[in-house]
Amino acid sequence: MSKVLTANKLIDGNSVWLNAQGEWVETIADAFIARHDEAVAALEETGEQAVSDNLVVDVAVIDVKETEQGIWPIRLRERIRSHGPSVAYGYEALVQERTQAA
Amino acid sequence: MYRYDEFDHAFVKERVAQFRDQVERRVNGDITEAAFKPLRLMNGLYLQLHAYMLRIAVPYGTMSPVQMRKLAHIARTYDRGYGHFTTRQNIQFNWPKLSDIPDILEELASVEMHAIQTSGNCIRNVTTDQFAGAAADEIADPRPYAEILRQWSSVHPEFSFLPRKFKIAVTGAPHDRAAIQVHDIGLQLVKNEDDEIGFKVYIGGGQGRTPMIAKKVRDFLPEEDLLTYVTAIMRVYNLHGRRDNKYKARIKILVHETGLEELKSQIEAEWQHLKDTDLKLPDADIEAITKYFEKPNLPDRAEGWGQLAQWKKADAAFATWIQKNVGPHQHPDYGTVTISLKPIGGVPGDATDAQMDLVADLAEEFGHNEIRVTHEQNLVFPHVALADLEPLYRVLAANGLATGNAGLVTDIIACPGLDYCALANARSIPVAQEISNRFGDAERQKTIGELKIKISGCINACGHHHVGHIGILGVEKKGAELYQITLGGSADENTSVGQIMGPGFEPDAITDAIEKVVDTYLELRSTDDETFIETYRRLGMKPFKTALYGEKTAA
Ligand code: HEM
Ligand code: SF4
Repeated sequence: MSKVLTANKLIDGNSVWLNAQGEWVETIADAFIARHDEAVAALEETGEQAVSDNLVVDVAVIDVKETEQGIWPIRLRERIRSHGPSVAYGYEALVQERTQAA
Repeated sequence: MYRYDEFDHAFVKERVAQFRDQVERRVNGDITEAAFKPLRLMNGLYLQLHAYMLRIAVPYGTMSPVQMRKLAHIARTYDRGYGHFTTRQNIQFNWPKLSDIPDILEELASVEMHAIQTSGNCIRNVTTDQFAGAAADEIADPRPYAEILRQWSSVHPEFSFLPRKFKIAVTGAPHDRAAIQVHDIGLQLVKNEDDEIGFKVYIGGGQGRTPMIAKKVRDFLPEEDLLTYVTAIMRVYNLHGRRDNKYKARIKILVHETGLEELKSQIEAEWQHLKDTDLKLPDADIEAITKYFEKPNLPDRAEGWGQLAQWKKADAAFATWIQKNVGPHQHPDYGTVTISLKPIGGVPGDATDAQMDLVADLAEEFGHNEIRVTHEQNLVFPHVALADLEPLYRVLAANGLATGNAGLVTDIIACPGLDYCALANARSIPVAQEISNRFGDAERQKTIGELKIKISGCINACGHHHVGHIGILGVEKKGAELYQITLGGSADENTSVGQIMGPGFEPDAITDAIEKVVDTYLELRSTDDETFIETYRRLGMKPFKTALYGEKTAA
């Protein structure tokens, strides 16, 4: 069992994860991994506290796998949350269309 | 175009100030998220997977170049350089910061735009035909009526906390381009024997998890009764619509559970109290609003006919674009132009800030200052002289905006899906992109002809999959994405809900499956002119199912 705590920052909505220092960081790679029930309970408590401190919204404890490449969320939804949209967007999407058309 | 009066300006300004104060208090920690969430939603602000999302209303899909430039400016300044045009004729920004929202709303207010009633259980943006006021087949411009409905429904105290969201669509033409039969209320402008204007009225259409086709409640509602009758419908729904279960709260369920005749008589009874009240529309009011929507002055430009024929002969891609993306206008020297936001392999409905700016410039140069957003996630110039089509095309083509695919297999509707949406089960955009690339060849698309593919990332059906000729619904099965195919849906005057073909397909198999369905159609069609939906209606599901799953499953 491996779990991490995630949320969206109140002020800008960005996806964030809780690190070992108790800070909310924008990369899942730095997230603190809870590996037993007590640690998970502590995450949940930290999450609730952060919500009532108005730092973040939509907190959730999510399941992850620990791989050699780093933390790998089990659900696709969380993988997309942590890595960004799976498709190019904005100007990058245009560049892609051009190369495909060419 | 409609222009704000003093009241409108004051109201929108006040709402911005109010929300600025609410955001400040939220950021300072004076309001909890539980208290703030309904307030932000009332101002169009959602929280999605990666960030906040701001949904801005484009009333009945009509915009000026000044407004489009403002959207470009917002995309550039407060977002990541692009926006997403939606099936509700609105635009969504995917990356705004909460702290910037008050400034964004203030910028919008300066060009008579806002995000009010783009969320919540109220009457949402009234949608209509993107060719309103221009299409050759139109009986009357539906936008004045949409505007009357907008004014009436804006912060209407009685209808601000309905059992569920409420969507109204109006069409002015017999060929329905506004999908009115899948809306809570659908209105079709018609004329009676005395040449008077009125409405055919439909209620109880909808998509989501329980798709239903609207039922007709009136063959001819005189135009003066528009608000009295719609109010009567709203009252009956507000009173009896289910509030115990959000999945049963739309008016379609009320129609279904009460029965049409009973509900009709309840509406009629309510209407008796209303029909002679001051909600009855005086001719003068209708005329005053209609004035705002007068067609621009369109001088005769007969030279366009000959030029067009020559240009078409000289350039095949241009000829295809004319054939697919230019439609008949009320003025013979003009056409309606669809600017495709579906480049081959692109993200359906997305436009960069530079593209928005360019569209604004071109609307000024060639489009008589009018821009429309379509529910199929494209943009439209409703009034372009045939003589201006070639220069317009050249500029669009140089900027990736001249794909000649309106109504074709690559003109795909797709919701944001799991790449952005917090409710999604599966991705929509990459599926659309792969299908678009597979069928991208111009000749192949032309051979296939009209074919509407619509994709949703979950059963909420924001991507209209139920009414796609081919619909694709993303579901989650055992933690992975799976795509269900439906066939036979349609959202025009012959509305139908698609039928599920069979077991779903994994992401790497869905495009092959769609190709199989399309190839089967090509084999089965009686003539080259028989469209996909016609072939499906003639032969039914079975031959398609056999082709896709083999004899056994199809039996
Ligand atoms: C990304 C955030 C979005 C959320 C949270 C969301 C949520 C929903 C929900 C919950 C429903 C089902 C309503 C019901 O059945 O009662 C729905 C329906 C719908 N939404 Fe969305 N949606 C989103 C984006 C969009 C977009 C981008 C579009 C346009 C492309 C859109 C257009 C529609 C339409 C046309 C329907 C079906 C019509 C109906 O209301 O029955 N939505 N949406
Ligand atoms: S259909 Fe589902 S996944 Fe797509 S935008 Fe709507 S709620 Fe999100």
